Order: sequence, then C-alpha cells, then structure tokens
Amino acid sequence: MSDSLGENTLTTTSPEGPSRAGGGATTAPSPARRPRRPADWRKRGEIALLTGPAVVMFLAFVIFPVIMAAYYGFFRWKGFGPPTDFVGLDNYLAIFRDSTFHDALMHNGFIVVMSLMLQGPAAIALALLLNQRMRGRSVVRVLIFVPYVISEVIVGTGWALMLRTTGALNDLLEKAGLDALTADWLADPDVAIWSLMIIITWKYIGFAVILFLAGLQSIPEELFEAAAIDGASYWQMQRSITLPLLGPTIRIWAFLSIIGSLQLFDLVYIIWGQYVAATAGTSTMATYMVVNGRNAANYGFGNAVAVVLFLISMVIALVYQRFVLRRDTEGALTERKKR
Amino acid sequence: MTASAVTAPPLPADRPVRRKRGGGRLGRSGPMTYLIAFFFVGICIGPVAYIVLGGFRSNSQIITSPSGFPSPWEIGNYLDVLSSEIFWRQMGNSAISAIATTLGVVVLGVMASYVLARYDFRGRTALYSLFAAGLMFPMTVAITPLYILVRELGLMNSLPGIILPQIAFALPTTIIILVPFLRAIPKELEEAAAIDGASRLGFFFRMVVPLSLPGVITTGILAFIASWNSYMLPLFILNDEGMYTLPLGVQAFSAQYSVDTARVLAFTSLSMIPALIFFSLFEKRIVGGLTGAVKG
Repeated sequence: MSDSLGENTLTTTSPEGPSRAGGGATTAPSPARRPRRPADWRKRGEIALLTGPAVVMFLAFVIFPVIMAAYYGFFRWKGFGPPTDFVGLDNYLAIFRDSTFHDALMHNGFIVVMSLMLQGPAAIALALLLNQRMRGRSVVRVLIFVPYVISEVIVGTGWALMLRTTGALNDLLEKAGLDALTADWLADPDVAIWSLMIIITWKYIGFAVILFLAGLQSIPEELFEAAAIDGASYWQMQRSITLPLLGPTIRIWAFLSIIGSLQLFDLVYIIWGQYVAATAGTSTMATYMVVNGRNAANYGFGNAVAVVLFLISMVIALVYQRFVLRRDTEGALTERKKR
Repeated sequence: MTASAVTAPPLPADRPVRRKRGGGRLGRSGPMTYLIAFFFVGICIGPVAYIVLGGFRSNSQIITSPSGFPSPWEIGNYLDVLSSEIFWRQMGNSAISAIATTLGVVVLGVMASYVLARYDFRGRTALYSLFAAGLMFPMTVAITPLYILVRELGLMNSLPGIILPQIAFALPTTIIILVPFLRAIPKELEEAAAIDGASRLGFFFRMVVPLSLPGVITTGILAFIASWNSYMLPLFILNDEGMYTLPLGVQAFSAQYSVDTARVLAFTSLSMIPALIFFSLFEKRIVGGLTGAVKG
C-alpha cells in the first residue's frame, strides 16, 4: 500500500519532464539554465526524499486503517486471527436496525446544530471584544484559552464532580436560594444533553475565538480608516467590513466544528462512562462504536460502525465543501497554475 | 492570498505600530468591555479554579460544603501526589510521547510542506488534497483498525505504539499551516542562493528552516498539546498503569480513589500544569501562526 504510492509520486512526475521544459523557461528561469535531464532526476529524488517519510507514515497509519475498517466491517470477527466469518452486509443491517444507534445519531445531530448556534455568535462577539485595545488584553487572551488547552479527561473529571447531585453547582444554587433550579445534571435524560452542550461550549469556544482573532488581524487596517473618514459608526464597520471579511474564517471554523461534533467521543465517554451514556441520552456514534465494538470484543461490528461514521462525515464534509467552502478553497489550490 | 501570507510571519515587529494607528477602530473600550471580559474570564476559569482549590481542601470540607473555599488550606493532597511514584512515571510517559510526537511531526511536516509549497510537479495538488483530506477524519474513525495494526506491529502497551499514529494524524494540520508559510518565502531568495551555489537542499536547510520558524513553532505547540491531552489512542493501546500517560492516569486515579475526591482534584490539577505553561509561553505565536494559515 505504502510502497505503491511512493512509486506513484515518482511515476506521476515522469511524464512532466518535457512539458516542464517548455513552460519552465517562462516561469522559473534559474533551473532552465542548468542541463535539463540530471536536474530533473535530482528534483524527483528530492521530492521523493522529502515527501516520502510523511507520505509513508500518513498512508500506513491514517489511510490504511480506514481501508481496513471497510474490509473488517464485512466479517463477524473477535479480533484474533484472520477474519473468516464473512457475513456480508449483516453488520450494517444490524446497525441501521438498532434503536440505540438511532438515538446516538440523533444526539450527534443535536450536538452539531447546537454547537454552531451556541459557539458561533458568542465567539464572534468575544473575538471583537478581545480585538479592542484594553489593559491586560494578553492576560485575558491566555485565560480564555485555558479550557481549550487542558485535556478532555481533566475537563470531564472536574465537571463530573461539579455536576453530580451532591456537587458544587447544586450547592451554589441552594446557597443562592434557587433550590428549584437544582437538578440531576448528569443522569436526568432531559437535562444531561444540555449539560453536555454547556461543557462542550465551555471547552471549545476558546478555539473558535483564537481562529476569529487570527482572522480579524488579517483584515487590512486601511478599510476601517476609510470607513471612519466616511463617518461609519463602530457597528456599521463591524457589519459591513468585519463580518464579510471574516467569512472564510467562520466557514472554516464551522467545518471543523461540524466534523468535531460528529466524532465526539472523549468527553461523553469520560463523564458518562460506557454504560450510562445511552440511558442518560448523551451517547454518540463514537461511544456506540467503542462500547459495541471493542468493549464487546466484536471487532467486525465496531469496524462497520466506523465505516458508517466515516461515510456520514465524508458526505457532510463533501457537501459542505461543495456548497460552502468552495469559493474559499478555489484560489488556494489553483492559484499556482493560473500564474 | 500569498501576498497576505507574506506579511504573516514578520508581524510581531510591525503589529504594535498598526495597532496604534488603528486607534479609531479599536478604541471604545469602556467599562462595559472590561465588565464583559471579566465575566467571561470568570466563566472560563471558574471550573479550573474549582479543581485547583478543591485539591487544597479535605474530603470532609468537600462533603459539608461542595462549593466552598479551602478553610483551612490543606497541602497534604498535593504532597501525596507529588511524592507518589506513579504520578511521575505517568508524567514521564506523557513527556516522552509528546516530545517525540512533536519532533516527528515537525521534521516530517516541514519536509513535505517544502515540496508542496515550492516544487512544481504533477500530482502536487493531488498530494496536497490527500493530506488535506486527512483533516476530515480524526482518529475516531480509524481507531479500531489502528488498534489492530499496532497490535500486529507488536507495539501494544508501548509508547512508540501511540507516538507513530499521533505523528501521522498530526501531519494534515501541520502541512496545511506550514505550506502558506513556506510559499511566502520570496522566490528571489532562492534565486540568490542558487547564484551563490546553494543547491535546492542547501537552500532548504540554510534558509527555509530558519525562515519558517514561526509556523514551525505554532505547529509544534499544537502537536505537543494534542499529544499531551490525547485520550482515545492511549485508551486503546496502553493497558498497564505503569505505561499510562497522564490523561489515562487521571482517569484510573479517579476510579481508584473515587471516595477521595480531594486527592483526585489534586492529581488532576497537577497534571494540567505542563500543557498550561507551554501554552502561555507561546500563546502569541499560536495566534500569529494561525493568521498566516487562515488567510493562506
């Protein structure tokens, strides 16, 4: 597998020799001065040498496992020895008939939508706020990224202790005289998914803010100066300059957020464990996969779930790229050729 | 697009000037701004403070008043954890795998990005798309076969078993951030180096590596933090407490001492310190590095 692509990169470069000699003179004058053939071989060698290790690693540990998942998914297999018990599409049929999987899928859908709606507007507002001149801005920036930097396990452990019935949140509510608001934040199926949304928002909003801040900083200052001369107010400038120019960043963030929500595993598995998640109404496709695949020593089935998760993510990613990201990425990849 | 990326790496020098000029746009930081900022910081820090302060309390304090402050302050929990062998063992495992992952990602990533950014060859776009596609598929999808692959390679319950996959999965982000940086290095520099007799590889080591340092640091930090916090892969690969990295250690510890909440909180807060220090040292670099990537 890995070897074949190593060759592939080489073979795809070879027919390019003559075409490059023609176009090379106009685009890159310096290599053209050297004798062509040795330089070409050298270039190919350099390309293979420099990209080889990364390509091999990537194919071996990212692409190969994904392909193997598709293969294993057709077997009933306990994970030892070669898979022999071919069951065709049985695993997939079992997945689509399983109501716990439907629940997990619904939860993922809810998390995707709510993550965008909760984090997006809040993160844009915060990025605008933190882009202003204020004392202690750098300290504030570091502090709001703390939740994003600490691990899911720490977040999960800490929040689980705070949210348990005898935890800090209920205690605070009682002290404030809001007994009516106390709840079984983690076990009550009506409440648990909202607790999860709060934790997710708290954990990941820092990342959105980082991205938006970076996006804001690359908006040319002159635009705001011109707008100020024309008498635009602060809010008019944000609406007519900042938001449109921040568009590409927002679209990329939304993409990453959607994919992240579909693949959500760590927080749910840590807080709700492998058995409670389904009953508390917070299970996701990924926790379903681990619980029914690896933990049940049913690797064929687990791989089939992985394939379903993969296909759902890929369809959504492709649709999103086709209809939303298209104008952003178009320039990035084709730019060189046009020149 | 490339032009905007050119300005990204040297930003730290000229940014303060721009900021002053932009006073009109950025002004308006009245008391309201500070109030909102203060409130937001409080929300972000509150749960973390709960963990850190909880470690300074005793279990009876936590039971009688779950949301109170430490009174009196107990340092016994922290001392217990700091003097336990398993904590340092797991800290060491985390450190080894994070450092090895970071080095691997940076070295492989810079090499591949250099080719993708500056060599003209057929299949370049396809190769870039291949890596970019990796961005769509985090480890979750591949974890089961990945586990089987690592087992076949005989790397179960060993640090290389998590380091190698982590390097591979960090490559897409690294390459996507680094390519604009490397593309932004002016062609004239390369020509000048060629006139002075430097080969393409010589140019790579003498000019490209130093000039792309801001992007390299950004990707290095992201890889380090991701590895430090990684949970799912170690969960599948490591099965002996002595080999655990800290996230697994925290979970095992909190399962083992579930009644000793104070000690769990102390263990948890000590395990987040390295990543926090690392991040606060380089926070400006991360934002600066992403500025190039987002636009490019």
